[in-house]
Amino acid sequence: MSRMSNTGPDALGYWPETPSQTAGPYVHIGLIPHQAGFEIFEDNFSNVLTKPETKGERIRIEGRILDGTGAPTRDILVEIWQANAAGRYAHPADRQPGKDTDPAFRGWGRTGTDFQTGLYAFDTIKPGPVEGRHGRPMAPHINLWFASRGMNIGLSTRLYFDDEAELNAQDAVLNLVDPPSRRATLLARREQRDGLVAYVFDIHFQGPNETVFFDV
Amino acid sequence: MTTMPGHAAAGHWGDELIQRDRDMQPPAFTPDYKTSVLRSPRIPLWSLQSSLSEVTGPVFTPQELGPLDHDLVLNYAQSGEPIGERTIVHGFVRDGNGRGVAGALVEVWQANAGGRYRHRNDTYLAPIDPNFGGCGRMLTDERGYYIFRTVKPGAYPFRNRVNSWRPAHIHFSLSGQAFGQRLITQMYFEGDPLIPHDQILATVPNPADRDRLVARLDLDAAVPLDSLAYRFDMVLRGRRQTVFENRMQGG
Repeated sequence: MSRMSNTGPDALGYWPETPSQTAGPYVHIGLIPHQAGFEIFEDNFSNVLTKPETKGERIRIEGRILDGTGAPTRDILVEIWQANAAGRYAHPADRQPGKDTDPAFRGWGRTGTDFQTGLYAFDTIKPGPVEGRHGRPMAPHINLWFASRGMNIGLSTRLYFDDEAELNAQDAVLNLVDPPSRRATLLARREQRDGLVAYVFDIHFQGPNETVFFDV
Repeated sequence: MTTMPGHAAAGHWGDELIQRDRDMQPPAFTPDYKTSVLRSPRIPLWSLQSSLSEVTGPVFTPQELGPLDHDLVLNYAQSGEPIGERTIVHGFVRDGNGRGVAGALVEVWQANAGGRYRHRNDTYLAPIDPNFGGCGRMLTDERGYYIFRTVKPGAYPFRNRVNSWRPAHIHFSLSGQAFGQRLITQMYFEGDPLIPHDQILATVPNPADRDRLVARLDLDAAVPLDSLAYRFDMVLRGRRQTVFENRMQGG
């Protein structure tokens, strides 16, 4: 028994994906150890995506993640992935012509909702529009991924910007969502405070304002 | 080469992810694992075909990791080495096409040998081990291979039913080549008698799929007189091979 492999291809040669399991209550240890209460790695992944030389408009993304009773959760891992100010992803599969990568911007960040306040936040830049399927432009957006205790498999959604009404109206993904009233759950609200531009983006797991989650 | 609309972005050869098998994966709502009830959407997910947003993802470099990040025996050692069974865990990260995923970020975390996590929210009465942090990280090599050293974690109770216990396990986080491949899972140890009783492993519907999370004892990889070894291979989603569109591109 012990020498028998438990992974391999199916009859057509495809390898089935590994089953997902919950990240559990101690996800912070592995992925954001400073939030678990200790320092172990020299370099930590963080929620600050910008460097001084990063191109683009500085913004903060922040919000809360509410469970089925409407209570803010305080232990959820949040990751974001986004294009740079020109609308290009820092990845070799992005071959959009005429858009440069920004060596000072990877476009990825990670944090957890705060143990006390329940807030998550990222300091980043506003992404430019990226070409979508069949050459149609996508409105500027940020991809989010959540994992935690009680979540058997990560959830994906997109953050769109409420001050991009024209581009949002043409976005193929937003237009897919039905009924249209649910599209508002994907819009972050722009706020100006002390010279800082913040976009507030709350996530609702359930309830009348349940966020649109995507099977990507 | 003719440039077709959309070919600079998704729709190009290999630039679509194979859809996730939702019948194989655990559903979000699994009442026997009670915490899932309030953290699972009630409305079905909207299915998206891949765009650049899903087929791209962060690229990590070896320079971001420290030399001991993959050695949990030494990476938090203060006054000596941690208590527990010295254990090597190794294997391959492949994609759904069977190809090794190079440069995947593999992050692991676990309880110590007594079943206690170094985490401010863990109040289990087993003691903290002063020499054990319980986390590590590494990148797969060009073949998709990873390896790390640790001590075997202990079982521990968790608040689900009054007497629920987790089998010994190590948490794994995988970042492959696409954000749409992102995956978190748990690895169990062959022969653990708690495995059939675990309400979290049971969220995976099919017993044969649960078994894919059980690492096999790998005596051939053990270091004699030093460390036991377990083998754990993982698979991320593959990419569609859209031959027709490849031909249309005029290649």
